[in-house]
Amino acid sequence: MSTFNEEICVPIRSDADIVVARQKGRALAVQLGFSGSDPTVIAAAISEVARNIVNHAKQGEIVLTGVHESSRLGIQVVARDEGPGIANIEQAMQYGYSSGKGMGVGLPGAKWLMDAFDIKSQIGKGTRVTMQKWVR
Amino acid sequence: MHVPILKQGDYLIATIQSVLSDADLLQLRDDLADRVGQFRSRGVIIDVTVLDVIDSFPTRTLRGVAHMLRLRGANTVIVGIQPDVAFAMVQLGLTLEGVGTALDLEEGLAFLNAKTKRAGGVVARTGGTAPSSLSKSPPDARTRRGNRPLQ
Ligand SMILES: Nc1ncnc2c1ncn2[C@@H]1O[C@H](COP(=O)(O)OP(=O)(O)O)[C@@H](O)[C@H]1O
Ligand SMILES: [Mg+2]
Repeated sequence: MSTFNEEICVPIRSDADIVVARQKGRALAVQLGFSGSDPTVIAAAISEVARNIVNHAKQGEIVLTGVHESSRLGIQVVARDEGPGIANIEQAMQYGYSSGKGMGVGLPGAKWLMDAFDIKSQIGKGTRVTMQKWVR
Repeated sequence: MHVPILKQGDYLIATIQSVLSDADLLQLRDDLADRVGQFRSRGVIIDVTVLDVIDSFPTRTLRGVAHMLRLRGANTVIVGIQPDVAFAMVQLGLTLEGVGTALDLEEGLAFLNAKTKRAGGVVARTGGTAPSSLSKSPPDARTRRGNRPLQ
């Protein structure tokens, strides 16, 4: 898999940045050829992982890139932070689980919305969520 | 981004004008709580037509608004959820359980009229006090199409 556009990097420090990140993600998705409900679905996934940065890690960034792999085109969304990390990823991925007062829908929901989803986290080091969706 | 709230008879109409941050949504919740108390409103319409995404936070906030206003004696109806936005909500497993939803403003008004009538309350603008030439109320939408809860 290789990337082909300049990385779009959106710093996430407040709830207003969540909106900026998902709007840039939507614009890139449209530019890449996503249509129908896909741009909105991608924007929703970005919104959830960006909100997790604000709520659980205070600050971080969303990196958006166009990707291609064996002639198919897609979008890659990376959400990364140097926050507290996640002790139990399996638990964090459970629908309805929240360590705070959230709905516990963000991580499992983002996974459902996208085609590929990977989460890596280290206590005290931070969290990185990498997601892709392919143009149909 | 401030959301204007219009008073229309017994109802309040909040029309969201642009994409909202989480903080803006909480502000709208607080503003509605104040106004419902101030005007003793029986119903609230929140028009979300321009919202680009309704993910977990807005969903929880809208549900919270509706439940809180219900406790203050007002029914809430969310109108204008766009098809793509609804599709993403379904994929996220999100529902607006216990919250009224309608396709648009007109159906939202019909929804509230039906609700307040059923509760034995005041029926907005169906009495004959206003001169008919000044009456802005649409022909009774309930007789044409039912309310459709989203889900
Ligand atoms: N970036 C992050 N840094 C630290 N913890 C996180 C992060 N993202 C998610 N988590 C943890 O995973 C849990 C589940 O996340 P999520 O499904 O989005 O639910 P919610 O955000 O509503 O709590 C969170 O409650 C939190 O404990
Ligand atoms: Mg979350």
